[in-house]
Amino acid sequence: MEVNEIENGIVIDHIKAGTGLKALSYLGIDTRTDTVALIMNAQSSKHGRKDIIKIENLLDIDLASLGLLDCGATVNYIEGGELVKKVKLALPERVTDVIKCKNPRCVTSVEPAIQHVFLLVDPETEEYRCEYCDETVRF
Amino acid sequence: MGELENLKGRNLLEPGDFTVAEQKALFDLADKIADSPGAYQDTAKGRLLAALFFEPSTRTRLSFESAMLRLGGQAIGFSEAQSSSAAKGESIADTVRTVGCYADLTVIRHPKEGSCRVAAQASDVPVINAGDGGHHHPTQTLTDLMTIRREKGRLDRLRVGLCGDLKFGRTVHSLIKAMSAYDGTGFYLISPEELRVPSYVIRDIEAGNGSTYVETRSLGGAIDRLDILYMTRVQRERFFNEEDYIRLKDSYILDAMKMRPARADMIVMHPLPRVNEIAAEVDKDPRAVYFKQAKNGMYVRMALISALLGEAQE
Ligand SMILES: [Zn+2]
Repeated sequence: MEVNEIENGIVIDHIKAGTGLKALSYLGIDTRTDTVALIMNAQSSKHGRKDIIKIENLLDIDLASLGLLDCGATVNYIEGGELVKKVKLALPERVTDVIKCKNPRCVTSVEPAIQHVFLLVDPETEEYRCEYCDETVRF
Repeated sequence: MGELENLKGRNLLEPGDFTVAEQKALFDLADKIADSPGAYQDTAKGRLLAALFFEPSTRTRLSFESAMLRLGGQAIGFSEAQSSSAAKGESIADTVRTVGCYADLTVIRHPKEGSCRVAAQASDVPVINAGDGGHHHPTQTLTDLMTIRREKGRLDRLRVGLCGDLKFGRTVHSLIKAMSAYDGTGFYLISPEELRVPSYVIRDIEAGNGSTYVETRSLGGAIDRLDILYMTRVQRERFFNEEDYIRLKDSYILDAMKMRPARADMIVMHPLPRVNEIAAEVDKDPRAVYFKQAKNGMYVRMALISALLGEAQE
């Protein structure tokens, strides 16, 4: 399968196969208006199969939450058809309002207008804890 | 000066919020207050403490209010959610923000875990956590540490027996974590199989400063080695069936007979209220310090309030 190269935008490569759709939702991309290509199960020399996301004419997106989903992915910034920057995703230290705390005893279950904040405990185990109740999760 | 000045304007949400050096300065002050409480009767004169108790805890509330009154300050607040604006659906953040307009210091107890952090984020005045569900109760931990230090003269190289419900006991988990920070603590974890300490607490011990632990079912087999015996209640509702509870409960009740092999300088502690886990006959044993512990709780809260208000004199 071929998708045209983009002139300006972002190519997120080496996304774990099968997680591309979820990655799109984490990025908060508006699929009604943004020009987006999602390539699923592409051949990868490294990993066998991978997903790829191409977003046209959009350079300013919040990648922090994408690190949660797939810290092995790489982000290529393209301007005027040239690769200008390549970033490898890492686990973010602090994640706000991506998931809700599942602990029913947590204050986030009752307090209105509260942010759901998780802090990275250990990059090795990929464990996060709720800032309020310390409940641990892995994304 | 230094350490106490550092505490001015800070919050106390969990035991680890203060460094060992800050704790030491606080205990030094608490000791001085305990030795001559009258010298501190004007420390918080003209200052107001708000005690927001979204769930009842008469003992803790009275301890905070007494502490503030003995410092010459005054206290306002409510003692259950029904009588507060929370019953009308006001958020914790709004309640605390409003109260911060009246008071110099806010004490909060709330059944939800992390409620004190919501309060601290919304508050312009220092916030003290007086219990957030099963999560933290840092002034109880300060009380326990101050009592140990006052009675044993140190906080390192102590053999600490914890007996009873070690699974659900928040007080016990916090104390284990706090004591693990001191050099060479030896823990004896005495509980029925069903109520052993959770694995994350064992990890706290292993991450400690040369701490060791022994898990045992037998109070009688461990009591003669202890410097401190910390008792907690074994509650009926923690057991799956009545027979297990009846079979086990007596093994974890402390009486004069079980005290016999204990060392002459061992101390018996309990966070109170006690139900039946310590027989009344133990009360007159000089090694029983649990009522002194309650008194120390007021002194350490006096020291804490002074420090957070920036009124602590060294
Ligand atoms: Zn939580």
